Amino acid sequence: MSVIDPQDLRDAVIDDRERGLFRVKRTTMTADAVWQAERKRIFDRCWLYLGHDSEIERPGDFVRRKVAGRPLVFVRGKDGRPRAFYNSCTHRGARVCRQDRGHAKSFQCFYHAWTFSTEGKLVGIPDKEGYAPAVDAEELGLRPVARLACYRDFWFVSFAPDVESLEDYLAGAKEYIDLVADQGADGMRVLPGTHQYACNANWKLMVENSVDGYHGAPLHHTYFAFLAGQGDDDGAKQLRSTEARAYDLGNGHAVVDYPAPFPRAVARWHPIYGEDAKDELRGIRDELAERCGEERAHRMAETCRNLLIYPNLLLLDVAGLTLRTVWPVRPDHMELTGYALAPRGESDAQTRRRLEGFNLFLGPGGLATPDDVEALEACQEGFAATAEDYSDISRGMHRDAATVDELQMRAFWREWQANMLGSGHGAHDEGPKPAPAGAAS
Amino acid sequence: MSAAAVSDALLTRLAVEDFLYAEAALLDAWRLDDWLALFTADCRYYVPATDLPDGDPRATLGLIDDDRTRLRGRVDRLNSAKAYREFPWSRTTRLVTNVRVLADHGDRLEATANVAAWRYRKGDEQTLVGRLGYVLARRDDTFAIQAKHIVLTAEALRPHGTLSIIL
Repeated sequence: MSVIDPQDLRDAVIDDRERGLFRVKRTTMTADAVWQAERKRIFDRCWLYLGHDSEIERPGDFVRRKVAGRPLVFVRGKDGRPRAFYNSCTHRGARVCRQDRGHAKSFQCFYHAWTFSTEGKLVGIPDKEGYAPAVDAEELGLRPVARLACYRDFWFVSFAPDVESLEDYLAGAKEYIDLVADQGADGMRVLPGTHQYACNANWKLMVENSVDGYHGAPLHHTYFAFLAGQGDDDGAKQLRSTEARAYDLGNGHAVVDYPAPFPRAVARWHPIYGEDAKDELRGIRDELAERCGEERAHRMAETCRNLLIYPNLLLLDVAGLTLRTVWPVRPDHMELTGYALAPRGESDAQTRRRLEGFNLFLGPGGLATPDDVEALEACQEGFAATAEDYSDISRGMHRDAATVDELQMRAFWREWQANMLGSGHGAHDEGPKPAPAGAAS
Repeated sequence: MSAAAVSDALLTRLAVEDFLYAEAALLDAWRLDDWLALFTADCRYYVPATDLPDGDPRATLGLIDDDRTRLRGRVDRLNSAKAYREFPWSRTTRLVTNVRVLADHGDRLEATANVAAWRYRKGDEQTLVGRLGYVLARRDDTFAIQAKHIVLTAEALRPHGTLSIIL
């Protein structure tokens, strides 16, 4: 099946607000036609995460990225301006940049040695006299991605020239990005080293899982048992606290916002850090309060957030601070990348605490993420028998949504369905709006 | 090198090989408590990120950076039926080869080896290949592991997915 019937898409999501029922047909996670349509209607239409400003600090710095299957180069030009190009020679299409990251004066294609500047201009054609004047170097620069924009050092691209502005697109997610970006007085940076892994399941399952508070206690028992053994026995309970909320942030973005159930290297001391860490964490907490006010300092230090930026970026401000991208490869296979963020200029001891907490929970070698991957693969395996059935995502539809509810996933699916039907943004009128900045969380 | 020195070096290497083969056998048999007992109290177990094999656990993101406490936690987890990625256990076979003693400081020595591990589970085959670096403390007629450093050869944990077994 290469074409998808709009009626099938309408039937794919049951959104019965009166009865409090929300269900998603599992073929949305198995059918190749759905995945082909997602490429055009979601990944070619949305703003997609490219990289962080700190990854290309100096003019000439570059990183290679694959965004929605397209090879791109994210490079800071000699003029200091970041740009995003398709990593493909305008001559015959070969990949021009062949390293994952580095520093370049120019990019020379190894096939016929056409050379491009870091601003993307074609500056060298060997034996140029062999071309008629119609072959114009001015027109043959590296092709830029249609749109490139930045919010608080997070750079996004869109393949749709007419996409709305990034700020409009991010909607209510901006305030939550701010709660990360403001953790460092001098901004944030991506630490070297990335988690590059994969999962044999549909990409939307990882999006759901990354903002799912309901699974924390049962699936991650072994992780919380470890923390309990270190003198913190209230970990998993925090997820069920009355302060643990979920919010629909508009345009498919959503967040769960809850008291920290883990050590937080921002400034939540935990026995695992040892007594020596207390003074430094208190100092960081004081600086946050002075710079950002007590309310925001409290949110940054003592509460956690799993933020979904639709369609596939997760900003997980949890045991560690991570950016996770979820890239579909096939309906039943996704590639995952995790980056660690830290305040610029933080102490070595603090970076170490941050990394230890990060590794313990998150990533393919952590005590928790492997079980997430296992659970999603188990779902995908189950779909082989039950693809015509519906998955239930109704939890908390009759009340102000808590972290252990599923409002955040419904926000994703409502946007997904609207995008797939070509009807713009979804209707996001269920549940309370997030607390305005400065109000009690 | 004199014949006596060659003989000493060979005997040391044989002792290290015996130790590493026994370690691999414990892991293949999922005798994880016995495996953990091979480590010193001040041990470190480190797996750098696949894109940063020279990573420094103090400043860069790696895959695993365990001290004794966290390694104990990792073993407790894998001993549990609630470590869902590894319960039921995967079947594994580890080949440890290319063993070399790099430096002998008397009370401790540095050694390196290659590892190839096959992991089978749920119809999937996963191959994990890498280089092992050890700091071994001499204990009577055997060793204790003070540091184990595993550099994976793979460019990414793809298609593996995760690193859920202990290498």
